[in-house]
Amino acid sequence: MAEAEQTIEIEVLRYRPEQDATPVVQSYRVPFTDDMSVLQGLQYIKDHLDGTLSFRWSCRMAICGSCGMMIDGKPKLSCKTFLREYQPARLRVEALAHFPIERDLVAGVDDFIVKLESIKPYLIPKEPRRLEQGEYLQTPHQLEQYEQFSSCINCMLCYAACPQYGLDSKFAGPGVLALLHRYNADSRDGGREQRMELVNAEEGVWSCTAVGYCSEVCPKAVDPANAVNQNKVNSAKDYFLRFLRPRGTSK
Amino acid sequence: MLEVFEADVVIVGGGGAGLRAAIAVAEADPSLTVALVSKVYPMRSHTVAAEGGAAAVTQPHDSLDHHFNDTVSGGDWLCEQDVVEYFVAHAHEEMVQMEHWGCPWSRRGDGHANVRAFGGMKIERTWFAADKTGFHMLHTLFQTSIKYPSIKRFDEHFCVDLVVEDGRAQGVVTIEIASGEFRLIQARAVIIATGGAGRVFRENTNGGIVTGDGMALAYRHGVPLRDMEFMQYHPTCMPRTGLLFTEACRGEGGFLLNKDGYRYLQDYGLGPAEPVPRNKAMELGPRDRLSQAFWHEKKQGRTIEGPLGSVVHLDLRHLGERKLRERLPQIYELAEEFLGVDPARTPIPVVPAAHYTMGGILADGKTASPLAGLYSVGECSSVGIHGANRLGSNSLTELIVFGKVAGVEAANFARSVASSKPADLKRQADAACERALNIVTRQGGTERIAVLRTEMASSMESGCGIYRLASDMRATCDKIDELKARYLNLHVDDHSKVWNTEWLLAIELGYLLDVAQAMVYSAIHRKESRGSHQRLDGFEQRDDINFLKHSLATFVAGGTPRISYGDVTITKSKPGTRAYGAEGEKAEAQRKLQGAARG
Repeated sequence: MAEAEQTIEIEVLRYRPEQDATPVVQSYRVPFTDDMSVLQGLQYIKDHLDGTLSFRWSCRMAICGSCGMMIDGKPKLSCKTFLREYQPARLRVEALAHFPIERDLVAGVDDFIVKLESIKPYLIPKEPRRLEQGEYLQTPHQLEQYEQFSSCINCMLCYAACPQYGLDSKFAGPGVLALLHRYNADSRDGGREQRMELVNAEEGVWSCTAVGYCSEVCPKAVDPANAVNQNKVNSAKDYFLRFLRPRGTSK
Repeated sequence: MLEVFEADVVIVGGGGAGLRAAIAVAEADPSLTVALVSKVYPMRSHTVAAEGGAAAVTQPHDSLDHHFNDTVSGGDWLCEQDVVEYFVAHAHEEMVQMEHWGCPWSRRGDGHANVRAFGGMKIERTWFAADKTGFHMLHTLFQTSIKYPSIKRFDEHFCVDLVVEDGRAQGVVTIEIASGEFRLIQARAVIIATGGAGRVFRENTNGGIVTGDGMALAYRHGVPLRDMEFMQYHPTCMPRTGLLFTEACRGEGGFLLNKDGYRYLQDYGLGPAEPVPRNKAMELGPRDRLSQAFWHEKKQGRTIEGPLGSVVHLDLRHLGERKLRERLPQIYELAEEFLGVDPARTPIPVVPAAHYTMGGILADGKTASPLAGLYSVGECSSVGIHGANRLGSNSLTELIVFGKVAGVEAANFARSVASSKPADLKRQADAACERALNIVTRQGGTERIAVLRTEMASSMESGCGIYRLASDMRATCDKIDELKARYLNLHVDDHSKVWNTEWLLAIELGYLLDVAQAMVYSAIHRKESRGSHQRLDGFEQRDDINFLKHSLATFVAGGTPRISYGDVTITKSKPGTRAYGAEGEKAEAQRKLQGAARG
């Protein structure tokens, strides 16, 4: 196949903590075809050129959220970014920005997971319902209110894009705030008050400086910036409402 | 230094089945500590890639008997019928449970969950969340699991062995991927929920993590793998990558066309061709039949030839952009981004690809294996509902119906036994660490992981593909035996500890080879054609006299698997003619008549 003869140079920012004091760039020349993704380029390196290169991947179809990385400085999923887009020059891949590098293209994402766990990302029923009563009714219109925010694949590209998270990782960040909004906006849920404690806090929505780059890089059109904005409105309402009504039992 | 964690129940695998099991343990007894081990963050598990939906009898004109009959005939009567009865009876309540946990099921105008048509299903009963059903179920389960403090997760921990002491499974040994450190997780019950083994094949729909880990571990400890010759080829996948275009494309009304624009399935006993495919006919036939039809079309030169190889067309144009965006948004995105095809305007080129392992770890109807304390659930398990061919949308339901069963059963078992002496467990664990370490520390190897993996996958495709011949299967048996020998001479570039993914790949290759060997030896011994196991060498017919049997592959250290057979439980459906389309309707009418005459 003639098309297999084209090659491209992939520069990888490598870091192996057991031997490198600081990250170093290593280049590989990879043969490619027009349908090959950046992920397939990295797999070629691992299989045939250098077994020591480490990166995360699984589904290959932009749904598992594993393979996010910086590609020529932009946060992208490597499985749906194609080598042909970088022809004839080279491309450079690095671990996701704003996270510590554990090794090579593997970012340490514990902080994201802790944040995700902290916002009560599960349905807190408005009205309890037994299984025998069947499903809660929810119209297509009610589903539409949160469906988009439920499509987040936790790839964390938005964190690598967020200047505020880069400055101060205490900020809850776009992905987690979108998830929080997903549950708050669900007609079956009654946990909004509990979750708004986090939204109203300094690390919540008010840290966002409305750059909107998070939504631009989102591979699933979740639009976290929109979720954050809606919660700014909600948070402002809460601020005024608290003068009008008692706080109830929430801490 | 071997770290030790004491749990009551340990679950290996954090996909839909493992998470559902973990929640079931936590709800059954919050005082039990559950260790949930996953080699990826749980929401990366391959459940995430399931698209079309989950089956449960829902509509008033449907019945449990219909779902039972569809499943048993779809499986060509190799199903455990008592287990299928339990499955169909508990499917709906589990869908409702998922709904109560927040799963964003697609809805009808009146607010009830909607259902769609699926292949081989007589009535529409497939619950769906657009075309990302597995994704939504997985995230719902993962996020819900966070509620339960007794679930202690070990994310990005790779399981290298089970600990078996006093004839019971009593824990697992893991590598913490970020540090390379070993850990013994002790427990009084072990649930394996590690998914399938699709990566054994070359062109497949599966994620890189689907490497049969749990199947191989149970197998090495003497638990038979059942019905491993039955590998499902999904008929509509992306050429070259194998990525999946859900059966829901056809459930929503899509057509399959050959190079003449002809709906060729009508030539394979699936007709008549009607403008809207009738349930259990044409494009809504079962996966094995559709993949087989592709094979014949290709052989007769009626596929479309091009840079992507030989393909047929999945035509969704008549559904219109609006419906496609609403019902099949992910399919739209995949076609556009990966193939540059706008499915509202151009048919999608598709091919069959290896998709699902019907067989797995031998389990009874309550997920228990013959090894005390060991349970299995999900694709890794053979609880017995799929027989020789799984119907689409039965497997997502399986995860939650039997995930719950596994959790409850494991919790009960854990409460009924005491652990063996810690020193004995630790000695077992130390030996397991030694074996795992040896793969990276030994010197002088020359074989490359990728070379062995590629040779295995190509050989499995030629020997255990859609149609099978003894000569090809024999060649694949020999090839896998050879690769297992060469595996002992493996070379690994990477000798570090932190995130040494090459080490993990090497261990996974060992798992893959053992599972591949069980598959091909099971296949060559089954001298008949049934479901997804179709032969062209004198065994073209189903043979109920000799092979209405489950195959059982038992591990033989340093040798080839021992193949034996077990009975199939038949409760109310005697093996009959498996037919679809107009012929299927005729056969069903006949069965009813006979039933009435007997009754």
